[in-house]
Amino acid sequence: MASNFSIKHQPGFTAIAATCFIVLYLPIFVLVIYAFNAASSTSEWGGFSLKWFQSAYQNTQVIDATLRSFQIGAIAAVLSTIFATMAALATTRTASYPGLTFKYAAINQPLMVPEIVTGVALLIFFSRIKIFTGYSGIGYLVAAHTAFCIPFAYLPIRARLENMDLTLERAAADLYATPWKTFRRITLPLLWPGILAGLMLAFVISLDDVVITEFVKSGGQDTLPTYMLGQIRRGITPEINAISTAFLLLSVAIVTLFFFVSRKRD
Amino acid sequence: MPDKPDRNAIEVVDVSKIFGSGEGQVAALDKVSVSIRENEFFTLLGPSGCGKTTLLRLIAGFDFPTAGGILLYGQDIAPLPPFKRPVNTVFQSYALFPHMTVADNIGFGLEMLGKPKAEIKARVAEMLKLVKMEALAGRRTGQISGGQQQRVALARALAPQPKVLLLDEPLSALDYKLRKEMQIELKRLQHETGITFIFVTHDQEEALTMSDRIAVMSSGKILQVGSPWDIYDKPAERFVADFIGETNFLTAAISGAGSGKARATLKSGTTIEATVAEGFQPKDNATVVVRPEHAKLTKDKGDLSGTVENIVYFGTDTHIHVHLDSGEAFTVRQQNTRSAGCGFERGDKVGIMIGNDAAQVLRD
Repeated sequence: MASNFSIKHQPGFTAIAATCFIVLYLPIFVLVIYAFNAASSTSEWGGFSLKWFQSAYQNTQVIDATLRSFQIGAIAAVLSTIFATMAALATTRTASYPGLTFKYAAINQPLMVPEIVTGVALLIFFSRIKIFTGYSGIGYLVAAHTAFCIPFAYLPIRARLENMDLTLERAAADLYATPWKTFRRITLPLLWPGILAGLMLAFVISLDDVVITEFVKSGGQDTLPTYMLGQIRRGITPEINAISTAFLLLSVAIVTLFFFVSRKRD
Repeated sequence: MPDKPDRNAIEVVDVSKIFGSGEGQVAALDKVSVSIRENEFFTLLGPSGCGKTTLLRLIAGFDFPTAGGILLYGQDIAPLPPFKRPVNTVFQSYALFPHMTVADNIGFGLEMLGKPKAEIKARVAEMLKLVKMEALAGRRTGQISGGQQQRVALARALAPQPKVLLLDEPLSALDYKLRKEMQIELKRLQHETGITFIFVTHDQEEALTMSDRIAVMSSGKILQVGSPWDIYDKPAERFVADFIGETNFLTAAISGAGSGKARATLKSGTTIEATVAEGFQPKDNATVVVRPEHAKLTKDKGDLSGTVENIVYFGTDTHIHVHLDSGEAFTVRQQNTRSAGCGFERGDKVGIMIGNDAAQVLRD
């Protein structure tokens, strides 16, 4: 036999990989450590304490912003997933035709247009509507979040549909199922993991948004990320670290769930 | 055995199916007409791209004909969607619903027809018994083997008691032994249920062993319809003779054609009796076919003469390839015995005797 050459082991790759992981995770690690700092500094260690978590929990502005984030995220995720599901069905359950690629591009447009541009555009657009209707509630944020979440919900749903055997739907029709019954009994149950994945992805994306929210929100409509941004401008305390840590945990939990759901029944 | 009245279950009338448009248009079916009798095992046989699957899809309702009609017991079903046709399909990929149990798969059609629960339960139990799958009723379809999936697919399509069962190459994914078993199983099911089966395959052996009648298709047309015996022994066209089994093609001068018989004078000068394909137009030169097992090799002078070119041993028999003096090729199949070899060697000068009633004159 020849020498144990393996493409998996090449000199230097381990070092490169290690560097990547350090750059990615070390800052986050430091942030999490200082969330438990007893001192009010983000650089000098003063012993272990949970006081910043307690302080964040008792800060009504933080709670208020968190609840708003969840509210917007939940509504936007549900709405965008419904639109994305319809779009995915329409773009996969059809023979290819000229203009289909254009439609894909149109649906995925929010992924390509710089967020700052969308933010400015929405600011101008919504200010006009505000003048006409007098409404200045949370609806603008929900609408904006729904719009930019659609492509994120669309991608896993479309992937799921493209892997689904069209013969199954044909078999259902052959067995006397009307198109609606075929959808309810065959397509939807098989699509469900994709829809859940899309829903969670949309929720996380909405929770995380800063740029568009910053432009669209009215006074007193801070979400958690825009609140944090505002706080940092006034000087950082470990409370921000504590909030970030909680936020991080939540995101990791949702993404983990997303991973398991999208693997289910495959 | 239930008797078979000559009543047509399906009549395909001048059906054409054209895909695409303008210069790129392709006729998958070209004015096809065929009648399928009630309670028969009817096979559509042909190479891939011959239009057999397209015809099946039109009968199932997954596609609609460009022209022509499809009658089910006299009623035109061509414009109906699949869920309004009392016709069920066994798919090549089986297409079992992966999120349902075996029993739920089988009951699906009845459920969609709105049958009462008790009736569905009884019928599913009956179907499970019919395909011998009682033990696996509660399994998911991903947890059973390919052969078992095949049985479930059959039971699912038979459960609603369709007027016609369509089978789209259902055995092609099975290995050889299982395929042989399922061929017998399918015949039994057809016999027991008394349902008209329309079976699509490209496997000529499968078609010959299972069918009551076979339609041979090529390039969107049906070339010949007949019993396996008709198709094998009395092929009408070169394509049919060539596609099914092995055969020898000889050029001959035809004389005295009438009432299905004629005299064929071969290039060797010998004249033999031959049957004539339906639709044969009298002409001077025609093609005569002789199956390799219907000819005999001799060391004396025969109807044809030539030189042995190659000898191929097949276990049950031996194929002897002869180069005829007329320049044509001819193969003789000779049954093997244990005691002796085939009796010929390469280079031998041989004669070939063509059996009585062995030759068929083609119409093309």
